[in-house]
Amino acid sequence: MEIRNLTCIGCPMGCPLTVKLEDTEVISIEGNSCKRGAVYGKKEVTNPTRIVTTTVRVSGGTEPVVSVKTKEDIPKDKIFACVRAMKEITVPAPVHIGDVILRDVAHTGVDMIATKNVEI
Amino acid sequence: MKNYDIVIIGGGPAGLSAAVAARKNGTESVLILERDDKLGGILNQCIHNGFGLHTFQEELTGPEYAGRFITQAEELRIEYKLHTMVMDISADEVVTAMNQEEGMFQIQAKAVILAMGCRERSRGALNIPGYRPAGIFSAGTAQRLVNIEGYLPGRKVVILGSGDIGLIMARRMTLEGADVQVVAELMPYSGGLKRNIVQCLDDFGIPLKLSHTVIDIKGKERVEGITLAEVNAEGRPIPGTEEEYECDTLLLSVGLIPENELSRGMGIEMNPVTSGPKVNESLETNIEGVFACGNVLHVHDLVDFVSEEAAMAGRNASLYVQNACRSQENTKNLTEKEIILFSEKGVRYTVPSVIRPDHMPEELTVRFRVGGVYKNCYISCYLDGERILHRKRPVVAPGEMEQIKLTREQIMKNLLLQKITLKIEEE
Repeated sequence: MEIRNLTCIGCPMGCPLTVKLEDTEVISIEGNSCKRGAVYGKKEVTNPTRIVTTTVRVSGGTEPVVSVKTKEDIPKDKIFACVRAMKEITVPAPVHIGDVILRDVAHTGVDMIATKNVEI
Repeated sequence: MKNYDIVIIGGGPAGLSAAVAARKNGTESVLILERDDKLGGILNQCIHNGFGLHTFQEELTGPEYAGRFITQAEELRIEYKLHTMVMDISADEVVTAMNQEEGMFQIQAKAVILAMGCRERSRGALNIPGYRPAGIFSAGTAQRLVNIEGYLPGRKVVILGSGDIGLIMARRMTLEGADVQVVAELMPYSGGLKRNIVQCLDDFGIPLKLSHTVIDIKGKERVEGITLAEVNAEGRPIPGTEEEYECDTLLLSVGLIPENELSRGMGIEMNPVTSGPKVNESLETNIEGVFACGNVLHVHDLVDFVSEEAAMAGRNASLYVQNACRSQENTKNLTEKEIILFSEKGVRYTVPSVIRPDHMPEELTVRFRVGGVYKNCYISCYLDGERILHRKRPVVAPGEMEQIKLTREQIMKNLLLQKITLKIEEE
């Protein structure tokens, strides 16, 4: 059995959660004071995901970098792979909000899109 | 001298939202003055997501959130000047500004909306001994360097202060390859949002040391290390608890201060608790026709509430202009009744701090902050002696702004009403 200690982010209360796992199965969640805590605890230990935001170099633009994000949330353990993939590329200006910067970033099936406009 | 109905000082989230609301309310002549080279303010460097859940019902990054408002402002053909620094605003609403194309110029406004935002508290305010080496940055400066200019300001980092920008930068610097060793917080609780502590520190195994501060900075040309110590209940370092950290960078995230030099210069009455102007229910200052909103009024946690507050300032400024200035001179109607909002027991301040019943909207949002962490408490509101609100809260904390709503009906029910009191009660 595995025990994981988390802090719930549902509200400012920040309940300390203790989640007990058997393999990948959640057996119990303790420490939460509302339903949201249980939902968060379960998701966090079985399938934690995050939206990843970073920057990418731009050539020929008014700014040296453009901010980007994953279009949807990706598995938490892919965060670094995702950021590294963005370090390896340079995109030519102009770039506009919503433009796809890289498809299927770090084999997540999720696209990286621009979150800022950089003009020539 | 040029004339505009409404001049807005600052083109960040507050200024943009105020401008859009003023225009939608029917005021054509609106001008935004912005000192930076683009609209959007500090949102442009806040590339993380989590903005806009209240306003747009989706999670946006800072530049995207700003982009939505910039698009609205452009669709409404709202005029703005970039690279323009406002030097002075007179009590009769003459705005003196300068930029490279026009030099120094003056604009006569009928109403002014203050939306200058805030700035970060700097090392000078902290009294940390040591030399003045390179490598000490405010968290926001580091954020600008990384996210806008594309530089990493250091590789081995210690962060003092657990404000949201510090937490966000702990994650950002880590993602960029820096080793963020520790975040130290003087207070026994973090000033940042819970979500940021989990997703910016816990996710990356960065320790948060509460009740700790930096007592020494080593290095002459460049930061070489810092000394951390635990502090007692009075915030004084406890001898024997010192720990040495080798680092080349110290980031400071130790509080935000509303940027009110212009406001003070024009004689606006300030609230010493917020360091922002004192305002009434219309977000109007003690100078008639001068309104304030956003972080220049009081520092917010969520930009959504800045936009909401600023929209209200924009609407009220527009109404003021359309009612063609209530009095001929810029003097207050001294006979007008004012009800004062008192902050007691745990409540540090309220915005607004005074309500004129005759101008009370159908519903008014009163925002406030508490002075400490209170668990299983009640937020209570009294009209004179009568308690009209007693809302149970599992926890309230200084890092999260609170709000209550008051209605016109409540205020008008008792014509003799003198004071409104907000407090935190245990039961």
